[in-house]
Amino acid sequence: MKLLAAAMVSALAVTAAPARAADAARGEQLYARCVACHALASDRVGPRHCGLLGRRAGSVPGFSYSDGMKNSRLVWDEKTLDRFVARPMAVVPGTSMTYDGVPDAKDRADLIAYLRKAGAGPECAGR
Amino acid sequence: MSFLTLATPAAARRLFLGQSGLMLSGAAIALLAGNDALAAKTPDGVATDIQILNTALGAELEAIAAYQLGAESKLLQKPVLDLAVTFQGHHKEHADVLAKTVQKLGGKPVLAKAKYDFPVEQLKSQADVLKFAAKLEQGAVSAYLGAVPLFGNRDLAKAAASILGDEAMHWAVLRQALGEVPVPSAFMA
Repeated sequence: MKLLAAAMVSALAVTAAPARAADAARGEQLYARCVACHALASDRVGPRHCGLLGRRAGSVPGFSYSDGMKNSRLVWDEKTLDRFVARPMAVVPGTSMTYDGVPDAKDRADLIAYLRKAGAGPECAGR
Repeated sequence: MSFLTLATPAAARRLFLGQSGLMLSGAAIALLAGNDALAAKTPDGVATDIQILNTALGAELEAIAAYQLGAESKLLQKPVLDLAVTFQGHHKEHADVLAKTVQKLGGKPVLAKAKYDFPVEQLKSQADVLKFAAKLEQGAVSAYLGAVPLFGNRDLAKAAASILGDEAMHWAVLRQALGEVPVPSAFMA
């Protein structure tokens, strides 16, 4: 019985282990993968990332989006970004972001944490 | 001996290629431009391949403009300036062959933007320009890495991987010029 109780406590401890906090600093390093096409404050091959969280997909004024993105009806938040960054072309067929995706959930969480932090930072002020 | 101290970019490039055991050839161009490499698998597959090539083309055109900005900034000294011009030449070759391939597949190649929005105010020294270029090249490696598995046509994937190799060399050389470890890890992501 003691053994069972110990096993249950151990199982509970595993279940209740706090989720790893997203690491924006690590996300900034991962963002290096994105900079062939993206920048925080300016539109490049891809649209700017300042103001991304909370923005409707395909809505940066003056940026030339694919029809797939314009019609995706997505609003970027942690959940939608996580899905999209994991498999861009599966989530938004026809997207110009012809990228296989970031398969690791931890990497995606850190990347999104960085985008959230950077979006509130000085580089994005007024953008 | 640093290849950045050599008299000409060609000599630097020869030394770099010789030391690394790598050799760029016309294989990528032949692969991309050869009609047999472009045989349509499915209409959807071709449309996707065109989109991938066009996204890559857009990035190459932007890289050409970025190197132009660097070359005209008066911040680059020889032999770094020559190196930048050489790398810009590679991007021009990439863009040319990508555009031709899009056309051969029946697509419409994207054009260079009339104006690019680069962080000019942050470029105050040769090191700033090199860091900016290195970031773009590192991003390009990741972008091609993320594109290679998506091609419907494996010959196009192979050719894109060839371009990836060139971008990776640019990144390493730029890091070396900055005094950083040229190849910081065994794998790219």
